[in-house]
Amino acid sequence: MRIGVVTFPGTLDDRDAQRAVRIAGGEAVALWHADADLHKVDAVVLPGGFSFGDYLRCGAIAAQAPVMESIIKAANGGLPVLGICNGFQVLVESHLLPGGLIRNDVQTFVCRDQKLVVENVDTPWTNEFALGQEITIPLKNGEGGYIADAETLKRLEGEGLVAFRYKDFNPNGSLNDIAGLRNERGNVVGLMPHPEHAVEAGFGPDTSVAMRSGVDGLGFFKSVLNSVVNA
Amino acid sequence: MAIFKKGSAAPSNADTTANAAATPDKQQPWKELGLKEDEYARIREILGRRPTSAELAMYSVMWSEHCSYKSSKIYLRQFGEKVTPEMQKHLMVGMGENAGVVDIGEGWAVTFKVESHNHPSYIEPFQGAATGVGGIVRDILTMGARPIAVMDQLRFGDVSNPDTARVVHGVVSGISFYGNCLGLPNIGGETVFDKVYQGNPLVNALSVGALRHEDLKLAKASNPGDQVILFGARTGADGIGGVSVLASETFDADGPSRRPAVQVGDPFAEKVLIECCLELYAADVVAGIQDLGGAGLSCATSELASNGQAGMRVQLRNVLLRDESLTPEEILMSESQERMMAIVPKRDVAAFKKIVDKWEVEYSVLGEVIREPRLYINWGEEEIVNVPPRTVAHDGPVYERPVAYPAWIDALNADSSSRLARATDAAALAEQIIEVVSSPNQASKDWITNQYDHYVGGNTALAMPDDGGMVRVSEETGLGIAIATDANGRYGQLDPYAGAQLALAEAYRNVAVTGATPMAVTNCLNFGSPENPEVMWQFKQATAGLADGCLALGIPVTGGNVSFYNQTGDVAIHPTPVVGVLGVIDDVARRIPSGWQDEGHNLYLLGTTRDELDGSVWAGVIHDHLGGKPPVVDLAFEMQLAQALNAASEQGLLASAHDLSEGGLAQALVEGVLRFGVGARVWLDEIKQVGNVDDTAALFSESTGRVLVSVGREDDVKFVGLCEARGIPVLRIGVTDGSADTAHLEIQGLASWTIDSLRSSHKATLPALFG
Amino acid sequence: MPKIIFEVMPKADLLDPAGKAVNNALHRNGHNDISNVRIGKRIELHFDRAVTDADMAAAQKIGEDFLSNAVIEDVVSVTVEN
Repeated sequence: MRIGVVTFPGTLDDRDAQRAVRIAGGEAVALWHADADLHKVDAVVLPGGFSFGDYLRCGAIAAQAPVMESIIKAANGGLPVLGICNGFQVLVESHLLPGGLIRNDVQTFVCRDQKLVVENVDTPWTNEFALGQEITIPLKNGEGGYIADAETLKRLEGEGLVAFRYKDFNPNGSLNDIAGLRNERGNVVGLMPHPEHAVEAGFGPDTSVAMRSGVDGLGFFKSVLNSVVNA
Repeated sequence: MAIFKKGSAAPSNADTTANAAATPDKQQPWKELGLKEDEYARIREILGRRPTSAELAMYSVMWSEHCSYKSSKIYLRQFGEKVTPEMQKHLMVGMGENAGVVDIGEGWAVTFKVESHNHPSYIEPFQGAATGVGGIVRDILTMGARPIAVMDQLRFGDVSNPDTARVVHGVVSGISFYGNCLGLPNIGGETVFDKVYQGNPLVNALSVGALRHEDLKLAKASNPGDQVILFGARTGADGIGGVSVLASETFDADGPSRRPAVQVGDPFAEKVLIECCLELYAADVVAGIQDLGGAGLSCATSELASNGQAGMRVQLRNVLLRDESLTPEEILMSESQERMMAIVPKRDVAAFKKIVDKWEVEYSVLGEVIREPRLYINWGEEEIVNVPPRTVAHDGPVYERPVAYPAWIDALNADSSSRLARATDAAALAEQIIEVVSSPNQASKDWITNQYDHYVGGNTALAMPDDGGMVRVSEETGLGIAIATDANGRYGQLDPYAGAQLALAEAYRNVAVTGATPMAVTNCLNFGSPENPEVMWQFKQATAGLADGCLALGIPVTGGNVSFYNQTGDVAIHPTPVVGVLGVIDDVARRIPSGWQDEGHNLYLLGTTRDELDGSVWAGVIHDHLGGKPPVVDLAFEMQLAQALNAASEQGLLASAHDLSEGGLAQALVEGVLRFGVGARVWLDEIKQVGNVDDTAALFSESTGRVLVSVGREDDVKFVGLCEARGIPVLRIGVTDGSADTAHLEIQGLASWTIDSLRSSHKATLPALFG
Repeated sequence: MPKIIFEVMPKADLLDPAGKAVNNALHRNGHNDISNVRIGKRIELHFDRAVTDADMAAAQKIGEDFLSNAVIEDVVSVTVEN
């Protein structure tokens, strides 16, 4: 199972995403932004960071990269794509997901262990979770505020396209506490928190059992490997 | 006469070497550029003629205090002299290079250093702090390492002064902006508020990097024919005059006397530069590399040549400019960020170009290395610099500044805290505990540290609020490093020799409590003006204290930084030597948290509590008092203690370990229960009995060599036995008790607080002040 | 130097946290008659020759497709300076 992980200039969490794929049991394939060839991967991860310095708008320049042209095409054909943080921003700029992501309402960068509720398990990235499951995933961003007009929000809620919602605390002012979305087809998922930072015991969020033992993020990567196997 | 002429740099305006030889009596603005008369005379002597404008600019910047360490050199020598062969065993690169490098085993090496960016952070806090981070990270990158973490040590003015918020907001967002964008986890540091830093905030930045032994790079150009290539950002007017003008002169009491261009940083450019450089290193196409920081091109060219005992021929017109109106002198002095200079063998240039092109990094070939130890710089066809590089980079002036025992210090030392009123009733003591743990310096720094990414890289094993930061270096074996930094300006003011040793002891202990073994030291020495003999005395004492301390602990200083001129008018800051200690751990899985997560564990206090409240947080917060002599430091005991902790950790006996320092036991207990929200029941009787101290001392004394640990019931006997066998005083002082809804901290006979109320007191302070 | 100048503003009905923060700061400084603040961008495209009609036509598209995100922003003006 080959999972592509894209690197743009300024991408930061690509190596972490690759590690997450490996820990879950898959093969991580590095994809370069300027190379339109997807190298026969079974799924793609757009990791976090500050691609192209967040210039113009977060993810705006990355969305124009040669690799994104291929990914948009493949996604429209059903290829599973996961956008994490900056990756979510790239998906929104590419119009693979609706809405926009703007500066946190608190005006500062926020790094915290964030409780989320999984609201949709019918995607290749979330099938390992139970509907309504609470997970703790590290969140770290400055432009994570999800916005969309009233009509779009209504549609998202009505069609069950909200994949994750912030619980107990909304860290960035996202409307309707939306932390992540899926597209209609379900193959494209984007979220602001970073599952790749909760995959290895000793390096994830604290839990009541032990310091840094949280591995709720592993579910994302195991899910896609399940769906690739079963595809 | 204008020093810097704007407008087109037509060849006929350049002050050439020929012109300099022909016009020996031309008046030159050496004074405005910060040089002393004897220094100017010496330059003329070295060159056998007057310097050209460009040469004058180079010497003025490279011979400034910040670049040449002229006032501190004679004292810094001690760090290289007071060493034993045993101490140097693991040292791969010592002082004098961009950063020290330590062998940590398994073919891995680690490079680390702390540096200051104080004055720019008062002028423009955001960019000052941001470029401070950028600069230290480039130093690490230059050694051939991948930077893996950052930390920062901040000192601001009084919280009630409105200007403090300006500096705090700018500095914290600057560090957040730059560090996060580079993808480096921020794993610790410290923040202190004190009115002595009002006009002179301290922004020290530390970075650490990891490399395989064979990847080590040095900043030298040795092979004639190798190409000199400048790459990264374009050169603009950033920070022109910044180094010599800014850091070597103090501010007037009314405000900064000059506002030259501050450096503006672009962390995206630096992130790209990091990845690009690491690919260049992996391809082995770089023979030597230097980053451009203070003094820009002047520094990079002269240092590379001097270090390689060779020379260089440079064509300055080849420098890619952001601003075409810059004169040659300005180009040489520019401190534009995110630039590196590589020495590339001719045969590797094509491969070099391929890699920089891939990352869309701009570059230009400026010239080549030559055998003759001479630096020739041309502006077009005209020679504007012709100097021996060693005289610029290494043979700068060395001062032996006058030193004077401070007139005020005996009275200060006589004014002990023992005359201060002490509370005796439980209610008053309990109130003082809350006052201490919620005071700005002791309160939670979450408001700041939640603006930093701790996760990126996926290798952070420990970060704030634990005592040291810890990062995994090898994914295969779990090999990792721990770092802690400490300084206490109040102790430094009372006794700079002891103050430096206390900082070293605390950082050493903070590494030991994580389970790692301390191995090496870096330092950032923040002091007032070296032209003040009393400040020089403080500096002399502090460096001796630190050097003697390192010798006693058997760990070498691998590099560091000096920041002088931290004063406004006649008032200097407290001597604030920031000491960073690096430790190694064979497997980060063994790391020890600073607070307890289990109920029913025993709490032990290791070490001896004496009545030592001089310079303490209690004295400052409750009585606004600074006087007496700081706590006694016993380095031999610190070593024993560290070894005992290591042994206990290896045997898996420690569930948590937290060192005691500012705020004493009271602070450590509150931090311990708040770490995971698990309560505790403790008693002070034995502490008071054994140490012959009262409640105030038991709670707030800052005696050194003490650690609070929690141990599982099944490990009690073994643990106590281990301590006793090693001569470590150990007292059982409590049990961990209760979690979630019922959790309390109870100090028997004194008070009991819910965890929630402690949490609000501890965490509310900074958001209320700055949120 | 010839330029095409774009002004891009956040959509009127969407949250502008930066504008709000600036508004609050102005009120703290006593400018209470300012009822709202919105913050946008000015983007300049520079040319080495005079700007043509074809350039302007292309610019419209560049403005809508790339220089602004139609979901959250409006291009409120496109002007030429020759």
